[in-house]
Amino acid sequence: MRWVALAVLGAGLLAVPAVAGRYELSVLILVFQFVLMGQAWNVMMGYAGQLSLGHALYVGLGAYVPALLWLHLGVSPLIGVFAGMAAAMLAAGVIGWLGLRFGIEGVYFALLTIAFAEIARVAFDHLAITGGAGGLFLPVTPEGRASWWMLDGGPVFFYYLTLGLAAGATGVVAWLARSRFGFLWRAVRDDPVAAEALGVNLFRARMQAILVSAAMASVAGVVVAFYYRNLFPGQVFDMSRSLELILAPIIGGLGTVMGPVVGAALLTPAGEALAALVQELGLDAPGVKAVAYGLLLIAVIWVRPSGIWPWLAKRLGVS
Amino acid sequence: MSALLAVEAVSRRFRGLLAVDAVSFEVAAGEIFAVIGPNGAGKTTLFNLIAGALAPSAGAIRLAGERIDGMRPDAIAARGVGRTFQIVRPFPAMTVRENIMVGSLMRTPTARDARVKAEAVMERMGFAALADRPAGALTLPDRKRLEVARALATEPRLLLLDEVMAGLRPTEVDGMVGVLREINREHGTTIVLIEHVMRAVMALAGRVLVLHHGARIALGTPAEVVAEPEVVRSYLGTGPIH
Amino acid sequence: MTAGLLLGVVVQGVMTGLVYGLMALGLSVIFGVIRVVNFAHGEFAVLAMYAAWVAFTQWGVDPIVAALPISAGCFVLGFGLQRWLVSPFVGRAEHEQFILLAGVAMVLVNLLLMGFGPDARPVNLPYALDSYEIGPVILDKARLVAAAVAFGLTGGVIGFFRFTRTGTAIRACADNLLGAAVVGLDVKQLYALTFGIGLACVGAAGAMLVTISDASPVLAHGFTLQGFIIVIIGGLGSLAGALLGGVLIGVCEALAGFLWQPSMKSLFSFLLLVAVLALRPQGLLGKRP
Repeated sequence: MRWVALAVLGAGLLAVPAVAGRYELSVLILVFQFVLMGQAWNVMMGYAGQLSLGHALYVGLGAYVPALLWLHLGVSPLIGVFAGMAAAMLAAGVIGWLGLRFGIEGVYFALLTIAFAEIARVAFDHLAITGGAGGLFLPVTPEGRASWWMLDGGPVFFYYLTLGLAAGATGVVAWLARSRFGFLWRAVRDDPVAAEALGVNLFRARMQAILVSAAMASVAGVVVAFYYRNLFPGQVFDMSRSLELILAPIIGGLGTVMGPVVGAALLTPAGEALAALVQELGLDAPGVKAVAYGLLLIAVIWVRPSGIWPWLAKRLGVS
Repeated sequence: MSALLAVEAVSRRFRGLLAVDAVSFEVAAGEIFAVIGPNGAGKTTLFNLIAGALAPSAGAIRLAGERIDGMRPDAIAARGVGRTFQIVRPFPAMTVRENIMVGSLMRTPTARDARVKAEAVMERMGFAALADRPAGALTLPDRKRLEVARALATEPRLLLLDEVMAGLRPTEVDGMVGVLREINREHGTTIVLIEHVMRAVMALAGRVLVLHHGARIALGTPAEVVAEPEVVRSYLGTGPIH
Repeated sequence: MTAGLLLGVVVQGVMTGLVYGLMALGLSVIFGVIRVVNFAHGEFAVLAMYAAWVAFTQWGVDPIVAALPISAGCFVLGFGLQRWLVSPFVGRAEHEQFILLAGVAMVLVNLLLMGFGPDARPVNLPYALDSYEIGPVILDKARLVAAAVAFGLTGGVIGFFRFTRTGTAIRACADNLLGAAVVGLDVKQLYALTFGIGLACVGAAGAMLVTISDASPVLAHGFTLQGFIIVIIGGLGSLAGALLGGVLIGVCEALAGFLWQPSMKSLFSFLLLVAVLALRPQGLLGKRP
């Protein structure tokens, strides 16, 4: 039953570009990006219970490193993505080591993650090689000459790319959740003292989750860089980015495989529709979408603190 | 080195308070050994020292000859010491099966094998019907049993049980006594238990250590210990043992 | 560069830092007692800035004078917020509290954005350019007055917690919640009062901040972070620590802006934070847990 549903969903998603226009594709690309980033955050917070509010740092490094390698050395982003991943994991390793070694936990750890994202923002603002605050721009090739190994293409190309990445990330999380990692992470999240007494190395388990999460987030960075083709430290590393990417997993359901998917699928189109509606009404109100997201966050945490998916899954009879 | 566990003049100080005061004893492999004493005697602190949750202020603890005092709890657990917590600490968002699997995962790398091993532990502890229940939804006696099941799943050489009978009904106590005896006999698992339920201590323990104000006041067979006037005075006040 | 010029920068930093300290004090009071991180703290500071801007442009009220009614308004807001919104989240998981208040922050800052637009709103005080000269040091009048009032209010809040019955009762809640409930304290009421006091601090500080910086919604995140950093550097649960942390951050930023580049000044507060977290996590004046 579950496999049939998944197959139908997959076939439907693959067929979308045949019927959808540019705008619909762009919204779906956004949804898939949020699934990818949401899954990354889900690993660290949902499964391992480590609150990070600085994931923009890993997405940003995953964007800047491949973009710079491509611009300056002509390295394909398909190779550059691994360099970006390494940079993100290095940063995550330093933050994780500081946090774990010095016992910085909970809100304090979250603050540490914000601090490092902010440090990166200020540093990148002043680095000449990254274009500084003025931004980094990737030249656009005419559409006919676009090539996939340079991650250059039209909306259909990016639709399939992001769909593949989102599905891949969801698959990775589904596998991790059922593997040794998932069990140890959830044990550490639920009760670190009891987990340690059962032989779980807290440092190792938490560090693994942090590194996996950062690596996954860095992949989203490649899409950010090569899809939008411009990078500004003030946007890429901004705290609002870090906050934006945690909405889908929270609203969908933390620590569940489908939570980030459901959250992103509901949230992003709803936000886009609202923004379109406001424009249609001729109102100039740039904050409407964010106000709606804010109210939704408050409502979900009041009514269903464990998210929409666990509740929905029970209704649908899947778990 | 015939002793599995050797506690050598171990002390632990909390600011001014000496919670464990130069306590020494040895537990032989395969023995069932009880630690008793009034509340605040330092029993749980002693367990925390052996299991690595606390480091001793002085003294040494050896497991099969190797010094383990000051090691991290997970390192001690990996050397074969399983423990339960007096105030139970289940993983509330995980099911009973998953809770036990976390224990099994210490002895096996894959979740698949851990599931098989957990199944056997659940069978022994009578958890089959509750396997998919979230641990947070269990009753207190069931949570106590889950503590034991999870520790057992780590396949310990030495099992430290902190008041696992408290709150159980007499028939449940008998059941638990039976299970522990079985584990001890079949696997040769050494058991050290802190217990207030004297019925269980008398039924299980070969030897008993009595602590009072952190210090050892008696050590011997249950019958010997109960006969010591100092034990009767300090631990039981003036009343008889029941 | 002369020593006098440097001294001037330091004094400038101390004055700004006193206002920051008052803002952080609000955060410290709320976290110290209720154990909830007010993630919307900076948003409330910006709200107060806009209130001061409206008061000044509409009725010509000096922001330092307006700080009092704005502070009172924020007290009522905070009281209601704790009573009706935050209260059920006390004692819940940290990330749930955080999400609730992040939601409040998003709503608040974007309502301000919709109401006032993205452009910075300046308050042009008639005495903005007045200054006193003491030896080699030049003191802005506006900043000096704001700093003095902030210092006074900080002292007032510390005095309230130390010397009044209600303040003592709130401290009892912070030390031992169960004990406080057992001896018959109305914990819910005291918590609401605490949140009110916390927002009153940020309200007063925010109103006075318009003498230093233009009102703009983009400031909100930065204020929240800065408040946090100050509280952690000063030491959680130490009210005087918020004052000390505020002054330290103020001086640190002023010096960084002067010796290096103004756009890099926040880097130094973050590095200071990382150092404190790693070397003295209880903060400079905090007690070891």
